Amino acid sequence: MRTCLVVDDSKVVRTVAQRIVRELDFETRESINGLEALESCRKSMPDVVLLDWNMPVMNGIEFLRELRTSPGGERPKVIFCTTETDAKCIEEAITAGADEYVMKPFDTEIIRGKFAQVGLL
Amino acid sequence: MKPEDFDLIAGIVKSKSGLVLGKDKTYLVTSRLTPVARKHKLADLSALVSALRLRREGELVHDVVEAMTTNETSFFRDLKPFDAFRDVVLPYMVSSRQKQKKLRIWCAACSTGQEPYSLAILLREQGGALANWRFDIVATDLNGAVLERARSGRYTQFEVQRGMPAKLLVKYFRKVDNDWQLNPEIRSAVTFREQNLLGNIGAVGRFDVIFCRNVLIYFDPSTKERVIKSLEGVLEEDGALFLGGAESTVGIRSNLKPVKNVRGCYARADNFVTQFAPAIPQRVLNSRALV
Repeated sequence: MRTCLVVDDSKVVRTVAQRIVRELDFETRESINGLEALESCRKSMPDVVLLDWNMPVMNGIEFLRELRTSPGGERPKVIFCTTETDAKCIEEAITAGADEYVMKPFDTEIIRGKFAQVGLL
Repeated sequence: MKPEDFDLIAGIVKSKSGLVLGKDKTYLVTSRLTPVARKHKLADLSALVSALRLRREGELVHDVVEAMTTNETSFFRDLKPFDAFRDVVLPYMVSSRQKQKKLRIWCAACSTGQEPYSLAILLREQGGALANWRFDIVATDLNGAVLERARSGRYTQFEVQRGMPAKLLVKYFRKVDNDWQLNPEIRSAVTFREQNLLGNIGAVGRFDVIFCRNVLIYFDPSTKERVIKSLEGVLEEDGALFLGGAESTVGIRSNLKPVKNVRGCYARADNFVTQFAPAIPQRVLNSRALV
């Protein structure tokens, strides 16, 4: 079964996101910040990362840049999932290597749609 | 709601729009027509029905029919029809219309405009090869209120996230307050018109490609046949019709047949089906990429 790593410092968001992703037939793991997520990825690359932007220790953009330069780090699809809604943030995320971008709040349909757009469904 | 009141409303809606309201839709009639009653200063739904009994034409009837239409849509809805348009239909049309360099596309029952705008963006993304082509995208709906929204090209955050890839969002939209608005170039690529599919659709002209998706599911068999025949009448000989995933021309007397391996695409049997279908690339069948 394919794996999704949910990275968010909010327990509520991690819980809701993982419930949605499991409905899409993905196993889930979770991390509470970018650094923890990076360690998780280095142990085992997930198929997709659902990634918050603003987190303590290491934020989403820093994580993404590190991930994309790590061995095998180009492989996971990365979908930002954040309250940042400015076009500039979206452009920055795409430039850093994000495959898609979700603006919170989200629902099952939006997540499903983004997974389909990046070829996961 | 009394059964006879429901029957009256269902009868009016069907005769004006073709939309069939089953008895299980009583809740929908109540929830959607209560605001209409309020707008027309009628005390309740009984008063609305009494007014409809007195007068079967006019603004009240128009508002009732508009309120009962379903306006569900999203950008690049279902993905695959857009892949098929880009990878199968468009290359054929471009090669067969090299002289005119013109393509006419009709989005029938376009609701708030996401489908025609998706096509306008898709065509724009094809870049230089089609730079000197003229694309006429006509989008129609019987609901004037949704057309007004469509013309504005302004969508909520929720709406743009349903189907619009992030790269295209930042390329073709700008943020206005909490909404996102399409740039003038894409907005001007689509002409919106109020048009009832049960009316004289000949007035909209002839088309190379017609999208009429997720509309027929709301019609009974005879209305479905009537609409398909009308669409066939304005479709060019080698044109293509896209229907929704749950719709087909099966059981309908029509010359439009499914294009092999391109789900939802229909064409006259002696054109697309025999000449073109064998050339459909395998990648289309597996393709997920939008543009």
